[in-house]
Amino acid sequence: MKDTVKYLDNSIFLSGEINIKSVPDISEAIDAIFKKEKPITVDISDVTYLDSAGVAFLESLLDKIKTYSKAAFLQGVPEALKPILKTFSSQDIPLKESIPKVGLFEYIGSKVVDTAEAFHQLLIMAADVFYWAFVGLFNRKGQRKGSFAQQGVNLGVDALPVVGLLSLIIGFILSLQSAAQLRNFGANVFIADLLSISLVREMGPMMTAIIVAGRSGSSIASEIASMQVSEEIDALRMMAINPIRYVVIPKFHAISVVMPMLVAFSILIGMIGGLIIAVGYLGLSVQTFVSRSIDILIMKDIIVSFTKSIFFAWIIVIIGSYYGFSVKGGAEGVGKATTNSVVASIFAVIFFDAVFSLLYL
Amino acid sequence: MKSINNNPIIKVDNLVAKYGPKIILQDITVDIYPNEVTVILGGSGCGKTTLLKNILRLIEPYSGSIKFWNEEVTTMDEYQFNEKVLNRIGMLFQAGALLNSISVKENISVPLEQHTKLPEDIMERIIRTKLHLVNLDHALELLPSELSGGMKKRAALARALVLDPDILFCDEPSAGLDPLTSLALDELILNLKHQLNMTIIVVTHELASINRIADKIIFLDNGRMLFAGTLEAAKASGIKAIDTFFNAENH
Ligand SMILES: Nc1ncnc2c1ncn2[C@@H]1O[C@H](COP(=O)(O)OP(=O)(O)OP(=O)(O)O)[C@@H](O)[C@H]1O
Ligand SMILES: [Mg+2]
Repeated sequence: MKDTVKYLDNSIFLSGEINIKSVPDISEAIDAIFKKEKPITVDISDVTYLDSAGVAFLESLLDKIKTYSKAAFLQGVPEALKPILKTFSSQDIPLKESIPKVGLFEYIGSKVVDTAEAFHQLLIMAADVFYWAFVGLFNRKGQRKGSFAQQGVNLGVDALPVVGLLSLIIGFILSLQSAAQLRNFGANVFIADLLSISLVREMGPMMTAIIVAGRSGSSIASEIASMQVSEEIDALRMMAINPIRYVVIPKFHAISVVMPMLVAFSILIGMIGGLIIAVGYLGLSVQTFVSRSIDILIMKDIIVSFTKSIFFAWIIVIIGSYYGFSVKGGAEGVGKATTNSVVASIFAVIFFDAVFSLLYL
Repeated sequence: MKSINNNPIIKVDNLVAKYGPKIILQDITVDIYPNEVTVILGGSGCGKTTLLKNILRLIEPYSGSIKFWNEEVTTMDEYQFNEKVLNRIGMLFQAGALLNSISVKENISVPLEQHTKLPEDIMERIIRTKLHLVNLDHALELLPSELSGGMKKRAALARALVLDPDILFCDEPSAGLDPLTSLALDELILNLKHQLNMTIIVVTHELASINRIADKIIFLDNGRMLFAGTLEAAKASGIKAIDTFFNAENH
């Protein structure tokens, strides 16, 4: 770079090609000069070629000079390079838009306000959904045709394999963990009670809800979000169709019916998982296991389980719809809405499970 | 047949539109007259789509008044607005906005199923006629994802027309269409106006198309209304931005 950049008497002399390839080296050489000297003039009479990177470099160089000198001079511009300088000049373009700096407190404050607003919107959404779900029970007008059955299959039947497999494993693990302990106390037979209660009251509804949140909550959010960004939601409203009624309510009804069934299925399979351990490892008879696990349950357990499963189902649909409808931006907004809805609904499911446990201990 | 009179069918007064804190439209005052084609003009990003969406309350106006058939609509609730206004209006969105999960036929039948109790075979006939109007007979069973951009728009136009609306809004109907299809579309618009007495509001940039169809022009610039009046008056207005627009082809 020694040859392309020279310094003499407050002037920088550049030569050769200043282009996107050579600019980094040249600018390094220039920085070295700036450390020792304060040039005022830039001479480019020996420059043979400039591209947009070259022009940007020259202008930034002149601006740098202006930080300490009243004037900066560009000297000896070859005739051939003048049009290039003009075309790529950024002189008239405001380079930096001032982005107002947000202070820490302002940031926290605005986040709090945003969260409160989001919560408010979520509640409005929930009220709308409940209202139309109720109306929709008696009047199917305004809902997508043939949607209920199809949604039932989508949300329910298709989820059976994964719910079944996971429940089997959970039942297996639960009983395996407790079996060793119970055996120490010679309390083998209590494995049935333990499993039955924990599956019916806690693990069944919660595990199923988490799976459904991941599977169906995400698909609800992404479906609505992509309808929102492609203006399908606006188009529905233009056709005097309420989008919540048309898109969300069939899902809401379907999930309300399907979820308790899924939970029951999950409990059943979980019990089978436990049965394998109880019979194979603890030497219980099938009959004892079955009769004990049924006897220990009281009506309240079943009602709690049922209530929980429907409640979780509603949470999943409402949160999914909320994130779907409030999507911002284009395709990448859809992804974000989906992710957020899954995180939020899993969080909400676990949170409300804890609340239920406190209320119905 | 509706009587042709001089009362505006849509009256917008001092409309202000915002996205969040950003003001997009300011003090827009527009009258749309029945049985006319009104063309909304303006550079890309100046707020034409925003204006349509605000008039139809797909985005709630920040302030101002909007009257359809002499009735204020900004204060109506959803039910009233649907019954009194939206049921009599068709809208073609800039990107079509067909429901992507169902076929063209099902898309067009949505308004019929939701708002009428017609028997199946009558619906079928209506759907086929509307598709024929936009020259898409062969696309009946296709999914939106199997259509080209221009075909999507035409299918969406068929859907907008399916209930024989009194007012039709079109956001850039001919953008992305070849000159022949675009000519056919203009003829369709003129037919709708002459034969069905429809009132039509069109956003378009196509000079040729404007000359063919426009009765009135509304010219937006940077969120403000520069001009509203007849096509001839627009050309003779002497406003620089408008002159530049109409002479763009001569440059
Ligand atoms: N969803 C949105 N959120 C925020 N700003 C938006 C949004 N949609 C549009 N805008 C802004 O509103 C302004 C007007 O947009 P609009 O879509 O109405 O333009 P247009 O006149 O229809 O343009 P075109 O001819 O390109 O369709 C633009 O400056 C755009 O940046
Ligand atoms: Mg637009």
